[in-house]
Amino acid sequence: MTSRLPRLLGLLALAGVACALPFFLTNFRLFQFTQVYIYAIAILGLNMLTGYNGQFSLGHGAFYAIGAYVSAIMMDRWNVHYAWTIPVAGVLCLVVGFLFGLPALRLEGLYLALATFSLALAVPQILKYFEHWTGGSQGLVLNKPNAPFGLKLNPDQWLYFLTLAVLVLLFWLGANLMRGRVGRAVVAIRDNHIAAEAMGVNTSLYKSLVFGVSAAYTGVAGALSASVIAYVAPDSFNVFLSITLLIGAVIGGMASISGAIFGALFIQFVPNWAQDISKAAPWAIFGVFLIVFMYVMPFGIAGAIRLLWIRTRRSRVALSPEPRETAATQAPRAT
Amino acid sequence: MAFTRKLCAVMLAVGVSTLALAAAVSAQTVGVTATEIKIGNTNPYSGPASAYGTIGKVIGAYFKKVNDDGGINGRKINYITYDDGYAPPKTVEMVRKLVEADQVALLFQTLGTPPNSAIHKYMNQQKVPHLFVATGATKWNDPKNFPWTMGFQPNYQTEGRVYAADVLKKHPNAKVGILYQNDDYGKDYLKGFEDGMGEAAKKMIVMKQSYEVTDPTIDSQIVNLKNSGATVFFNITIPKFAVQAIKKAHDIGWKPVHYLNNVSSSLATVLKPAGLEASKDLITALYMKEVTDPQWRNDKGFTDWVAFMKKYYPEGALDDQANAYGYNVAILMTLVLKQCGNDLSRENLMKQAASLKNVELPLLLPGIKVNTSPTDFAPIEQEQLARFNGEKWDLYGEIFDAFRKN
Repeated sequence: MTSRLPRLLGLLALAGVACALPFFLTNFRLFQFTQVYIYAIAILGLNMLTGYNGQFSLGHGAFYAIGAYVSAIMMDRWNVHYAWTIPVAGVLCLVVGFLFGLPALRLEGLYLALATFSLALAVPQILKYFEHWTGGSQGLVLNKPNAPFGLKLNPDQWLYFLTLAVLVLLFWLGANLMRGRVGRAVVAIRDNHIAAEAMGVNTSLYKSLVFGVSAAYTGVAGALSASVIAYVAPDSFNVFLSITLLIGAVIGGMASISGAIFGALFIQFVPNWAQDISKAAPWAIFGVFLIVFMYVMPFGIAGAIRLLWIRTRRSRVALSPEPRETAATQAPRAT
Repeated sequence: MAFTRKLCAVMLAVGVSTLALAAAVSAQTVGVTATEIKIGNTNPYSGPASAYGTIGKVIGAYFKKVNDDGGINGRKINYITYDDGYAPPKTVEMVRKLVEADQVALLFQTLGTPPNSAIHKYMNQQKVPHLFVATGATKWNDPKNFPWTMGFQPNYQTEGRVYAADVLKKHPNAKVGILYQNDDYGKDYLKGFEDGMGEAAKKMIVMKQSYEVTDPTIDSQIVNLKNSGATVFFNITIPKFAVQAIKKAHDIGWKPVHYLNNVSSSLATVLKPAGLEASKDLITALYMKEVTDPQWRNDKGFTDWVAFMKKYYPEGALDDQANAYGYNVAILMTLVLKQCGNDLSRENLMKQAASLKNVELPLLLPGIKVNTSPTDFAPIEQEQLARFNGEKWDLYGEIFDAFRKN
């Protein structure tokens, strides 16, 4: 119980910093952080599926695209307020994800990865096909929302706060979901699905549901991105986006809630640094970064931090007279 | 008397403050110092459209040449170019970095229709010049609503009209068959062509066939077009499919009057692979000197370009038209900067870009000139038809001017 207090204080301090950023950073930096939060939401969605449930997806860019287009079409064609489009995009992606999850049940591991990959390949082309709605490959140009209720914030600041609020809500929900009964069932399926079934877990239902929830998170992220970028086009959601999200999930730390944020920071900033280091071969530099990270932190950034935390506590425990239970039993595992 | 003196004083005060203001403006223009002009750019150096990335590089090489030759009015060009991978969200991020963090004076030659669409509004809200964008879409010529954005090359619709005018003039009783790529590029050409045909379009166009860029072949479309009895063929395809179409038509003995879009007019990438014999009598519309066409081998513009390429961009391919394109547009940019003199305010940059009169560029066809005005933000609107004689493109007819004829 005592370990909860410092954790809570830490989270509050983090929230304080996050809320203060808009008043210190330039609008451009703020825009970058808004993108980090959007990626973090998408990565958390992917992490639920891949990290917690062990189902591989190379196609989450497709759900991101669907979320973005649902939001964009509602705003552009029906003049719906952007705030309403975000939950709608989430619900729609939940349904699409659940339905896609049903046939995907028959596919395991690499085969599922390929099936989802085909989704990532197909969606940008399908978007071009429904030109009347989607604007074809020219895309849809949207308006950047202004701050409501007469708040004295510029659009960048407002979008930052909006994204931050959605992020906090979804992370809180996600953390509770994964920590509770549902989360245990989801992890049990990953670790040994026969044992999970023997314990009475409805594996097919859970797997499809996780797929749906995961897609919903990514769809919400996509919907937010539509407002932040104020433009959607098929080229925005190429295959590389799906791979980038997976990179974020792995680098951040599989089966970790906070890992999603580290992963998002990585995929947002490291490609830019790589470009600053070498204009000639930025992706080679990015590759080196990736390998170094995987080598130094095999459990992702979140995993490395957790290990560090455990080690410092252990050394403290060794000094203190009464033995305490350590968090070592919760050490992360690769999937 | 007192009144006049007061008036004089007021006028003097106004005069002085105007002068002071003018001095302050030129001193405070973002991205411009006494020794430097910052120019921003995004290009797809990675990703699906990375073949175009060479344009960003050749522009950088040309600006290096300008700097080596002493710069512009004593100022060196600081060219900052970022990779956007042809992904619009990345373009937005990189362009915001250029404008807000790097503080460039202007944005130049950002590449691609979707990437430019994503930053169109932003640039105009920020009132930062968004000059000579590298796309063939029609929407960049809209000075009323987007006074900070300007196109460069002739757009696809203009070119479609060029062919329509030629068909109406030379083959008024023809049956026309069309093959087009099913996307904005193909549809833009189609629209320009049909608009140009006017009333005759319904009567004369007997068949329209489309293909997807992902299709493996277009053989069946060519067979269908032949069977439709078309005597004129308008071929709106990218190089890969243009080669197939030319070959297939030749193989099945279909000999229509064959109009081939400019996109696929390269000797090196289309006509030679398709076979020079099969390519004979193709008609296209050109605005640039085709760098693989032997007729320009001793042309001064061409030889200067080759010398420049060898010295400043030796790794660039000499048979890639994109390198000629980038060279042309970089020269135009340099010209606008020179024309600005010492007033490099953003307003003056736009003003000078919008007052180009009959500017010739070394790799434009003879007679094709750059013209802009405050109401015309489409720099190149002229094209000329050419027929392939088995060796090179023979220019014929008058220069078609979309602006004059519309």
